[in-house]
Amino acid sequence: MRFLTQESKRNIRNEVAMEAEMKLKVKQSSLFADFSRRMVKGWSSKLGFILFVFIVLACLIGPLLSPYRVNEIFLDQINASPSAAHWFGCDSMGRDLLTRILYGGRYSLNLGLSAALLSALVGSTFGLVAGYFGSAVDGFIMRFMDVWSALPGMLLCILVSAFLGAGFYSTVIALTVGNIPYVARMIRGQVLSERTKEYMEAAKTINCSKLSILFTHLLPNTVQPVIITTTMAIGGTISMAASLSFIGLGIQPPTPEWGALLADGRAYIRVFPHLIMFPGIAIALTVLSLNLLGDGLRNALDPKLRD
Amino acid sequence: MYRYVLKRLMLMIVIIICSAIVAFTLMYLAPGDPARLQLGQGISQAVLEARRHELGIDRPYIVQLATYLYNAFVRFDFGTSWQYGVSVMEELLSRLPRTLMIGIPAMILNVTIGTIMGVIAAIHEGKWQDSSLMLLAMVLVSAPDFWVALMLIILFCVKLNWLPSYGIDSLKSYVLPIICSALPVIAVNARQARSSMLEVIRADFITTARAKGQKSGTIIRKHMFPNALMPIITGIAGGLSKTVAGSPVIETVFSIPGVGAFLLTGVNYRDRPIVCGCVIFFALFTSIVVLLMDLCYAFLDPRIKAQYSK
Repeated sequence: MRFLTQESKRNIRNEVAMEAEMKLKVKQSSLFADFSRRMVKGWSSKLGFILFVFIVLACLIGPLLSPYRVNEIFLDQINASPSAAHWFGCDSMGRDLLTRILYGGRYSLNLGLSAALLSALVGSTFGLVAGYFGSAVDGFIMRFMDVWSALPGMLLCILVSAFLGAGFYSTVIALTVGNIPYVARMIRGQVLSERTKEYMEAAKTINCSKLSILFTHLLPNTVQPVIITTTMAIGGTISMAASLSFIGLGIQPPTPEWGALLADGRAYIRVFPHLIMFPGIAIALTVLSLNLLGDGLRNALDPKLRD
Repeated sequence: MYRYVLKRLMLMIVIIICSAIVAFTLMYLAPGDPARLQLGQGISQAVLEARRHELGIDRPYIVQLATYLYNAFVRFDFGTSWQYGVSVMEELLSRLPRTLMIGIPAMILNVTIGTIMGVIAAIHEGKWQDSSLMLLAMVLVSAPDFWVALMLIILFCVKLNWLPSYGIDSLKSYVLPIICSALPVIAVNARQARSSMLEVIRADFITTARAKGQKSGTIIRKHMFPNALMPIITGIAGGLSKTVAGSPVIETVFSIPGVGAFLLTGVNYRDRPIVCGCVIFFALFTSIVVLLMDLCYAFLDPRIKAQYSK
């Protein structure tokens, strides 16, 4: 009898040890560890990340290292083709194009980042409130969003920037306004699917206030799609900002924002294609890097794909 | 079903009226005096006042708004352009075919090519076909459409001299605008088609079909594709409204006098009748496309149809 008890005791001890070990294992592949492992595994996200960091650093440091100033004019170099002295050539006023692109990147990246973050902030607040409170509030906010997005984003941007006039801040607002309904819709969908889960019940049972449920329980669980969309939206917004500047709204020349550079070079398209090529490549590479990064994030964060 | 359609139509009307109000208000508040923009600098105050009175912009906001809404939605008269003195409705109708000449072929292109790309990528999931097609889609979606348009102009119009770079003189002038509008949407549709195919590929009925010994071509055509069709149809709606929304930019690049270019002209001259007319047109167009797609959904998917008829 005694022997058996000892045996079962040992068994129990083993089980406890195994359980602890299991716990340790589960802990080892925590959300973040899993996420970073998958992030590093995907080549696309790696490439996107490296490219994006490179572009950001180039735009921050590049203008400082360049031997030319942004608005320095070389009268003998007007519309010059790429050469050893001017790697990307010079523009129609004889200014070094590479320096202008690098300097202008600050505007473009800034526009993209601020507009994407702002629309993520405002849009997800709308979405959270609509999805969480449901019924009348949801109905009101979503009908409001229906009206808001009756016009496709680009057109809304055009209208708002006509209303606010050209300039950095008005362009940020115009771009934000165009993006908000999409973020709101997506977050609402996410909240609706989270609402019915047990942890929400649990939070209500222990008498959490509505605000604390909203921000400490619901928000962290809906934040993943926000991160992914925001990353992708930065790229989309940069490209949209460039379109706005290109059609004469948004940022105006001589500010070397990438779209404005393209608008500047358009007149010389038949004779000096390098004025069009390089700013466009800058936009395309930046947007590509952000899309790759967003795609990698999506794969890394998507629980369905987790192995 | 009819009640649902009726409800949607009512909602659509409300949405269009609201967007007209928003556009009207934005243009009302926008800086810049339309009378001065029209007559130029160095005009005496009295003439400006007279012109303002003529345009009716010296009246209070609410009166102007009510008049506009009454004219637009009851009498279907969008007013006359302040700048050009032409009827906005007539101008819109004459420009519409040009915008649709780009929009509809671009939509057909992006749906067919996008779907084929997506299906091929999904069938070869994880192999080189998949990754190269998806990388291509990623590159296409990343390059801004107006820049691609400019690069294509450099290639086909300047270097090769095959196609005209502007205007609407011949059908050839539509080739580049169509391609440029289609490219970014092709990429979006390809990604959509791929992911919806992948969801179906792992379904049990595909395993059953394989177990029955059906050919893989038949499985793809008869079992996978119809089931993956729903999100692809959504792509059509999104694609068409995206193409039409992008029309101001593409039409600017190729100097095509379409609806998008008309909107931009209106914005630049603070010409409120033009802007509001174009906004109503765009809102109407988008809403109709979305409604039609929702109805297609209902007809194609018996589950959704059952929901509506309740």
